[in-house]
Amino acid sequence: MENRSFVMNLLANDNAARWFLSTLFMLGIVVPFCNLMVPQDSIFHVSSYTVTLLGKYLSYALLAIALDLVWGYCGILSLGHAAFFALGGYAMGMYLMRQIGDRGVYGNPDLPDFMVFLNWDTLPWYWQGFDMFWFAMLMALLVPAALAYVFGWLAFRSRVTGVYLSIITQALTFALLLAFFRNEMGFGGNNGLTDFKEILGFSLQSDTTRAGLFVFTVIFLALGYLVSRYVVSSKMGRVVVAIRDAEDRTRFVGYKVESFKLWIWVFSAMLAGIAGALYTPQVGIINPGEFSPLNSIELVVWVAVGGRGTLIGAVIGAVVVNFAKTFFTAAAPEVWLFFLGGLFIFVTIFMPNGIMGLVKGFSEKRAARLARQSPSEVRS
Amino acid sequence: MKALDGLRQVMRRDRVFDFMIEKQPPAMSGTHVVKEGEIDVSHGPILYLEGVNVAFDGFKAINDLNLTINDGELRCIIGPNGAGKTTMMDIITGKTRPDSGSVYFGQTMDLTQMSEYEIAAAGIGRKFQKPTIFPEHSVFQNLELALQTDKRVWPSLFFKLNGEQRDRIDEVLEMIGLTAECHLRAAQLSHGQKQWLEIGMLVIQSPRVLLVDEPIAGMTHQEAERTAELLIGLAGKHSVVVVEHDMEFIRSIAQTVTVLHEGHVLAEGTMDMVQNDPRVISVYLGE
Repeated sequence: MENRSFVMNLLANDNAARWFLSTLFMLGIVVPFCNLMVPQDSIFHVSSYTVTLLGKYLSYALLAIALDLVWGYCGILSLGHAAFFALGGYAMGMYLMRQIGDRGVYGNPDLPDFMVFLNWDTLPWYWQGFDMFWFAMLMALLVPAALAYVFGWLAFRSRVTGVYLSIITQALTFALLLAFFRNEMGFGGNNGLTDFKEILGFSLQSDTTRAGLFVFTVIFLALGYLVSRYVVSSKMGRVVVAIRDAEDRTRFVGYKVESFKLWIWVFSAMLAGIAGALYTPQVGIINPGEFSPLNSIELVVWVAVGGRGTLIGAVIGAVVVNFAKTFFTAAAPEVWLFFLGGLFIFVTIFMPNGIMGLVKGFSEKRAARLARQSPSEVRS
Repeated sequence: MKALDGLRQVMRRDRVFDFMIEKQPPAMSGTHVVKEGEIDVSHGPILYLEGVNVAFDGFKAINDLNLTINDGELRCIIGPNGAGKTTMMDIITGKTRPDSGSVYFGQTMDLTQMSEYEIAAAGIGRKFQKPTIFPEHSVFQNLELALQTDKRVWPSLFFKLNGEQRDRIDEVLEMIGLTAECHLRAAQLSHGQKQWLEIGMLVIQSPRVLLVDEPIAGMTHQEAERTAELLIGLAGKHSVVVVEHDMEFIRSIAQTVTVLHEGHVLAEGTMDMVQNDPRVISVYLGE
């Protein structure tokens, strides 16, 4: 099949992709092994805390890939992409809430605790069906996609671009933040959804389930990367980059620019939704804080640090910045935001192509040096 | 803004909504049947602009413009700054909608009712004043993107270049003289090469009409000569409309010259006729 040959080609020709995919593969095997099989007192033991933390980083990495598709490749700077992530997270959260059943504090078999607390007597219509895993996962894809479709259709059709679009996306996530804070919305208000017990019958507290979730996150990150990679290396991807660089020219060459933007926008929102659905069970809580504009801006910083328009850069950026965040918020919580802001300024001014830009620069210099050593190869 | 304009159109009480106006049945002319959606040049002209008016905030950029371009013709359009040359191209390519008047492609296609990409797909290619190419793509990929294929989203996602299309790209590369540069990033090309690449991107769409806005701006003398050859070679297979300031260049390629002034056709004819027209002289040199 064509897809298979695409993967083979990628592994054969692209060093970065090969390196990235094999690292993921190793992580997916080594981390659960060191967590479950290696005894606790060994130095090779990986604690469950670390497994969950890594899983969280990798779901962030998938979110970063989603943003990179629209920002790095299509030039649409979304300052509200965490909204799609949070919606996916909420869909998963709703499933996990329904799984609690009558083990909640109030012991109501149908209603989650917070609804009993609000004196509701029936399940709202939009909570129906979330007791089925497949339905919840479908919603984790479709709800972000639907929101992205409506938003994108309106925005791109009226040719809203640049900073105006960024501001609207920011407003979108802020509006959702305020809406989800309301108890009447039926999503648990500012406490969000938490106190989960099990997923598909597996206890969320057990190490095996956590390791399993980690493996799934690795798999989905790899799949998300491969599909995104296929998209950006197809002609469709080249059209998207063309739109970023010369929108008018693309239009006059005969492409319906709005459709391309809308497609990549909705696709990206779906990836973000998947990332959110992977995030919730590992972290054990989803609350309106995930919609906060700050999250979306942090996400932009990850991608900028890693390098826009490279996919792998987004992953590296997400992991590196979040490591730094975990470290700083523990060691010196008050400097974290200053560090984040400083990092963004530093990256924008001194390394506009991010970490991947540095890597590429090094390898090009090396290639140039090699070429100089063998002058027969040099051509003007 | 576009939605607002649409709303205003609906609110107008002095005319029927556009979508309710009855479509004229295809006209019969002799034994020749005119089909809708087909470019019909049986009468000679391929582009008709009739009684076109456009105003921006009260300023009449185009004022009762009447212009016809014949099939296969190479037409030069000159005029002082602000004469409406670029606005005219915007109207033809659907970027600007005329306030009144009709713009037809062939006998049947009403360009005022089509969007930019539809017009491009129908066969009108446009080169901008500033060279606009896709800087991050290679020269080859630039042409591949412009190539005439199914340009919707899903077909693009699964697009594979076939041998015939590859040959077509090679052919155009040769024509614009960029065969050796085909793997360079377009951003690395010189200014003149970018202009040629853009012309190549138009040609590869096999358009019927090429609108070329200031093709030799910023070119060296040799490059300009090369461009003149390129454009002359294109005429015949395509209709070419060139907007240019450089009189010497126009003299070297022009068959018919149209002079625009204040959004209106001032004079039309051969270069000599136009240059000796007293009205043209007064516009260019002042009273």
